[in-house]
Amino acid sequence: MKKKVLGVLLSTTMVAGMLSACGEAAGTPASTTEQPASTTTEQPASTTEATPAADTTAATPADSSTAEAPAAAADEGKVLNIAAWNEEFKSRLTDHYPGYEVVDGTTGKIGDVTVKWLITPNENNAYQDRLDEILLGQENASADDKLDLFLVEADYAVKYTDTDYTVPLSDLGVTADDLKDQYSYTQAVVTDSNGVLKGSSWQGCPGVMIYNRKIAEEVFGSQEPADIQAKFSDWDKFVESAEELKAAGYHVISSTADTFRVYQNNAKLPWVDGNKIQVDDNLKKWAEDSKKLYEAGYCDTWDQWGEDWNKGFYPEGKVFAYFGPAWLIDFCMAADVEGSVAHDGGWAATEGPQGFYWGGTWICAATGTDNAGLVADIMKKMTCDPEVMKDIVLKDNDFVNNKPVMEELAKDPSYKNDVLGGQNPLPMFCAGAENIDMANLTAYDQGLLGDFQKAMNDYIKGNYKTIDEAMEQFYTLALQRYPDLVR
Amino acid sequence: MDKKQSNGNVVKFNRWGYIFLIPFFVVYVIFSLIPLVTTIYNSFFENYRSGLKQIGPNFVGIANYFKLLGTPEIWKYLGNTLIMWIGGFIPQIVVALLLAYWFSDPSLRLKGQRFFKTVIYMPNLIMASAFAMLFFALFSASGPVNQILTSIGVFAEPYKFFDHIASARMLIMFMNFLMWFGNTTILLMAGMLGIDTALYEAAEVDGATATQIFFKITMPILRPIFIYVLITSLIGGLQMYDVPQIMTNGAGTPVDSTTTVIMLLNRHLTSKNVGMGGALSVFLFFVTGILSLVVFRINSRSEN
Repeated sequence: MKKKVLGVLLSTTMVAGMLSACGEAAGTPASTTEQPASTTTEQPASTTEATPAADTTAATPADSSTAEAPAAAADEGKVLNIAAWNEEFKSRLTDHYPGYEVVDGTTGKIGDVTVKWLITPNENNAYQDRLDEILLGQENASADDKLDLFLVEADYAVKYTDTDYTVPLSDLGVTADDLKDQYSYTQAVVTDSNGVLKGSSWQGCPGVMIYNRKIAEEVFGSQEPADIQAKFSDWDKFVESAEELKAAGYHVISSTADTFRVYQNNAKLPWVDGNKIQVDDNLKKWAEDSKKLYEAGYCDTWDQWGEDWNKGFYPEGKVFAYFGPAWLIDFCMAADVEGSVAHDGGWAATEGPQGFYWGGTWICAATGTDNAGLVADIMKKMTCDPEVMKDIVLKDNDFVNNKPVMEELAKDPSYKNDVLGGQNPLPMFCAGAENIDMANLTAYDQGLLGDFQKAMNDYIKGNYKTIDEAMEQFYTLALQRYPDLVR
Repeated sequence: MDKKQSNGNVVKFNRWGYIFLIPFFVVYVIFSLIPLVTTIYNSFFENYRSGLKQIGPNFVGIANYFKLLGTPEIWKYLGNTLIMWIGGFIPQIVVALLLAYWFSDPSLRLKGQRFFKTVIYMPNLIMASAFAMLFFALFSASGPVNQILTSIGVFAEPYKFFDHIASARMLIMFMNFLMWFGNTTILLMAGMLGIDTALYEAAEVDGATATQIFFKITMPILRPIFIYVLITSLIGGLQMYDVPQIMTNGAGTPVDSTTTVIMLLNRHLTSKNVGMGGALSVFLFFVTGILSLVVFRINSRSEN
């Protein structure tokens, strides 16, 4: 009898416990429609109720800052959501946008609008995966959760700009007159297939060859950019000079990956025609040239950004040059690490064998934003205002997207780049930026150029005997990634 | 009359048994059965994203399976998976058998058994991804292993472990071996400790050698556990993913020789290709089922 009672008791508690757990799990789908609905309708209501009440008192002193900074219209949302993959834009906004206050690591404040940073690293496509989910769920998101602004790179900008998920700049009130000083290539990147401009950038990213002054002095007897340029003015001379460097015990570049952007930007064909993958001859030339460089012992095959690739940032790395734009010099070359070449101003820049660009960040407004006025103001201030942009150059050594500002600074003898040993690289960058042609972008660029490098690396390292085998592998990877493409 | 009543009581008590089983079945249906059925269902549809555009779902019958099995890669990846599983499993089972035999043999009187049992299980407690990261750092061109090997003169310059098919695969096999031999040891030991010591004593009295005892007494009695270990390891091995994925950053380098079947599943994630992903999962399900049956048959036949 006792056993029976115990059995009944035990099983009822268990089933009850289970059902209550079930109630939570199974109940949520039903209640999600109720609960968030009630909270969403309540929340904005309560914020609009509560905050103005609190604000009328609190806002009076704060109002002065709101008035001078953003024209945050009263009918706009109270939360500005920004999606990005690193801290770069955040630090730009913090340093240069008037009225921006830091609250903590992932939030800030502009007037009475809270700025929320949704930062997801690029690694393994994580940033785009998250961005896609946010944009696809944008319609059903509550006003405060709606994404207002997001950042894109050239390699996949088309994926977003050529859809209705981005707002045309003209709809935001950013006019052609505001944008007149920008480099035209930066606008070509974010112009959709109907010719509508969908984004704006504060950066220009023309690339240069950044070389080590000490090694230049030792091997070529001069560290002057003009003399070095003569030694590296085309790819044949590049190889000849690489031989001299090798004899002295140096690698001409760190990795075969370094020259990829140079060859890729000088390709004529877009990666995809209709839905057919096409590979420009210049890209195959990169693979062949790189194989020769590697086999001759002029450089290695490290993956970029790795510890082995980075070695050349320090004197014991024995690497002569890297290819990169302004952000590589200031952001990546360990300038703040004691003992690095950059820290001692040991680099110099020259055009190198061919002009190219690399990277850059564009700001897009997400469709459905409830902060259109503020988004437009951020774009105008950060990407069009010559004062702000000049400030960015002077403070962060970035190359900004404003021709008059850059040309003025290029002529300014007082402008010096410490990493480059006091050299003013701006005339070089200015000339480069004018020549960039970005007509060849497709929505598939990022995946395809990654897969192409992956396959070709095995050819360069000698794991594939012929380039055709590597091409086969490239198509295999590409078709796995993009099922809608054909070879 | 009396008998009937007790029968009724048994039925009544059995009811409680069923009630106690409910939680398992609820969890099983929600987290296993429904996903399984929807995976099979999804594999008959063309359903992916191109950028932000959703394509499908369109019913395409078994076209996904034709597409999947028609490409040479899938067979290559299956081969990679099997090679890396077998390469890790053989040392694992040999070492585990040896250790289990030593640990369970009372005549050896090993000291510090508990300590060593804990230590050999340790690698399994580390996350596979952390383990792979660790090995990546250890064996990279400027890592400590290369520094030691070059300084003692084994190599003139750093050996790139991740750029050669054999060394890359061997590192993965080694990692899987290291992670799982402790687990296998404990399973085999449990089986060995269950063997009646009277059998060993009888054999010794009859003058059997240690080798004879191992092969004629231990192994035959251990067979059910052995088959269990083999089949669970096979299932786990076919689903090998985390170690090669992290070590090669998803690329399966060099020349796709360390890409496993599940890593291909991961590659379909960029396009959210649910149809192909489903087909791949169902394919792997069948491969696992068939191979498990084969292993099971071979082992139970030799018993007869």
